[in-house]
Amino acid sequence: MSPRPGFVLEVDRSTPPTLFWHGEGFRFERLPEGSRVVYPPEPLPGLTDADAAVRHALEHPVGDSAPLSALLKPGMRLTIAFDDVSLPLPPMRRPDMRQRVIEAVLDAAAAAGVDDVVLIAALALHRRMTDDELRHALGDRVFDAFAPHGLLVQHDAEDPAALVHLGLTEEGEDVEINRRAAESDLLVYVNINLSAMDGGHKSVATGLASYRSLKHHHNVRTLQHSRSLMDRHHSELHTSNWRMGRLLRNAGVKIFQIETTLNLDMFPSQFAFLQKREWEWSLADRAGFHSTRLALERTPPRLARQIFQSMRSPYAPTSVQAGEVEAVHDVTLENLFRQQLVPVEGQTDILTMGLPYLCPYNVNSVMNPILVACLGLGYFFNLYRGRPLVREGGVCIISHPTPWAFNPVHHPSYIDFFEQVLAETTDLVEIEKRYEQQFATDPWYIHLYRTSYAYHGVHPLYMWYWCAHALDYLGGVIIVGGDRAAVRRMGFKPASTLADALEMAEDVVGRSPSITHLHAPPLLVADVS
Amino acid sequence: MSVRLPRVVDEVVSRPTWPGTLPRPMEPRNLGVDYDTAWTRKPWARAVRRLLVDNVTRPFVALVAKPQIFGREHLDPLVGPVIFAANHTSHLDTSIVVACLPERFRRRTVVAAAADYFFDRPWKAAMWSLALGTIPMERTKVNRKSADLAASLLEQRWNLVIFPEGGRSQDGWGREFRGGAAYLAKRCDVAVVPVHLRGVRPVFPKGASKLRPGKVEVRFGDPLWPGEVRAPSGKEEDARRFAARIEESVALLADEAETDWWSARRRAAAGETPDFRGPDASPWRRAWALPASARRTRSPRARSSAKPW
Repeated sequence: MSPRPGFVLEVDRSTPPTLFWHGEGFRFERLPEGSRVVYPPEPLPGLTDADAAVRHALEHPVGDSAPLSALLKPGMRLTIAFDDVSLPLPPMRRPDMRQRVIEAVLDAAAAAGVDDVVLIAALALHRRMTDDELRHALGDRVFDAFAPHGLLVQHDAEDPAALVHLGLTEEGEDVEINRRAAESDLLVYVNINLSAMDGGHKSVATGLASYRSLKHHHNVRTLQHSRSLMDRHHSELHTSNWRMGRLLRNAGVKIFQIETTLNLDMFPSQFAFLQKREWEWSLADRAGFHSTRLALERTPPRLARQIFQSMRSPYAPTSVQAGEVEAVHDVTLENLFRQQLVPVEGQTDILTMGLPYLCPYNVNSVMNPILVACLGLGYFFNLYRGRPLVREGGVCIISHPTPWAFNPVHHPSYIDFFEQVLAETTDLVEIEKRYEQQFATDPWYIHLYRTSYAYHGVHPLYMWYWCAHALDYLGGVIIVGGDRAAVRRMGFKPASTLADALEMAEDVVGRSPSITHLHAPPLLVADVS
Repeated sequence: MSVRLPRVVDEVVSRPTWPGTLPRPMEPRNLGVDYDTAWTRKPWARAVRRLLVDNVTRPFVALVAKPQIFGREHLDPLVGPVIFAANHTSHLDTSIVVACLPERFRRRTVVAAAADYFFDRPWKAAMWSLALGTIPMERTKVNRKSADLAASLLEQRWNLVIFPEGGRSQDGWGREFRGGAAYLAKRCDVAVVPVHLRGVRPVFPKGASKLRPGKVEVRFGDPLWPGEVRAPSGKEEDARRFAARIEESVALLADEAETDWWSARRRAAAGETPDFRGPDASPWRRAWALPASARRTRSPRARSSAKPW
């Protein structure tokens, strides 16, 4: 049976309760009659022979590009950059797609006699990857061949010697990226495109860039005008990246882009109920869900987090394309939307969502309140094409425990941002004006970013900016089941139950509001007409 | 006193309700005529059935029906497979026929049961097919699947118990025999043994909720072979005509049960066997004409305990 597309369910009296993610747990909520639930499509079948598909893509590039083997010459400098730990989510089972692709690229390089090869983790301002994370992403064979010789490096956006300024775009944006990547004869970028936001010129222009370059599109104004981040043609963030990407091309940086898409098979079999529609749950699914829920209620949060963070997804690749950046990305988007797009008719007064335990910035870490806001208002709110799921002035209800907890190793600047800055103001423009420079240039944060496993000092501000479009657009944000103090610190309203939240929302949107629940993850993109 | 399950157990055990706003997809059926009974003919299932029939069904039948068996000698020359075609007035008929078959037939017998009644729930389908070896038979329309299954089992030397009326009698009188048994006999070239059950209706008639133990008579008639009689036109007897002949044989057994063998034979020879289907008259007259053995009246005790106020 072919996988069924996503769809919109209208809730009636006989609709069973709806599963809401709630951090490292779940809520089972009965939505009011007449509410809508947007369900994601079922996973598409994966490629039957992923390795063969990779080899085919390398030798049959799309756009104006020669096959990879024709671009590889003895004596050349080859740099292979790859997406960092923030993709995919949850991390996929071995072999990771990066391993498959990079091994194929290295096979071709070895066959062509290329000696000078360096692998770079494209971190941008993210934390460095641990050896275990690198080994998982690249596989033992690649890690053991490159890491001991210093040929597997992580992009350092604060090392002036490792950066090169290539000029300004027509909009006056600095383009400063990794020197090794820029000065190589060929830069191969290996993407895992989990969402439509990833890939294209954003790969190099963001992943290998410095703060000097990133600040031109990671700012309040750009993110307020990215509508949405999943719709490249209506995203200021992407437009800026595309300008930078074209400047890179004109500056002579030769990029061979490889993009891969995955299906929505996100959860292992013991969590199969997360991928099914509630009324289709089998006895095993019901037993699995309730036993998991009950067990999690009795599990210390730290242990529950470890259990969830150890989850590895059985993702299967659905496509691999390689060649010229823009042509490759167009094919990628087609494949992504083939899997993730769900047509939705009309907007809603109240948008509800249950947030999981994981976002791109807390792999192997706790999801702190800023990341909760970022995931809900930056990512889930933006899972649309056309118009937002919720109307302007509507209310977004988020379900998440939102603990007042931070990982001091991964998120040191987040703590200060939350404790000091948000205590004073939550206003995006004011924060950008008064605090960005301070956080971006703080020597201690820079030191931790470069030598430890810390996100860059400016990263919490960027995560806050990520909410810019939603905060500008919505009439209110309510968090159900969250730490009340943490929720209030961010300027949102806490609620104990969904029913309370819906009552509170009526104060903003009026009586008898329309309600739509985003049943994600698995990921979907609502095509709102 | 009702027992309430803990909520979480109830949520696990109970199937979720289906949203009324969604059409229910056609699920792959394993019910009704599509129910796969192959598992019930595996050695372990046959062993379980044998235990059940010997230790549950037969003692139960002996207790509530005290069956007297007549004409079993007609079965002696038969090697099998055989189709047993019986009249049908009660749910007990199946158990009684199976319990009264000689062992060599009983151990390798399947029973054609209404697909829409005995195979409408997974538990019912599994229970009956395991306990009595039932196979689903479509009775509301012609279904090739039912016929093919029964024919293949006959070819595998399984005996078949079938009720050609297609359902239990409403008023105690017989109904026209359908052609299923005759068709299968002709297709597989096997004998049909007419069977008449007398006195079962008073024990447990259609619609009753209580058993009232009584005495039952089971009569096996002469085996009938397809093709042994020519049609008046000289052509080979067709299934419809063969079905009528089976019905006549059961009617003869019914007459024999009410009178005696000799009288019944004489009436049959003269073409005066009482109509198995009862008089073509109004319901009360049909009820009036019903033999005492087919009536179920309320017991004097029940009547005396009735309180009109």
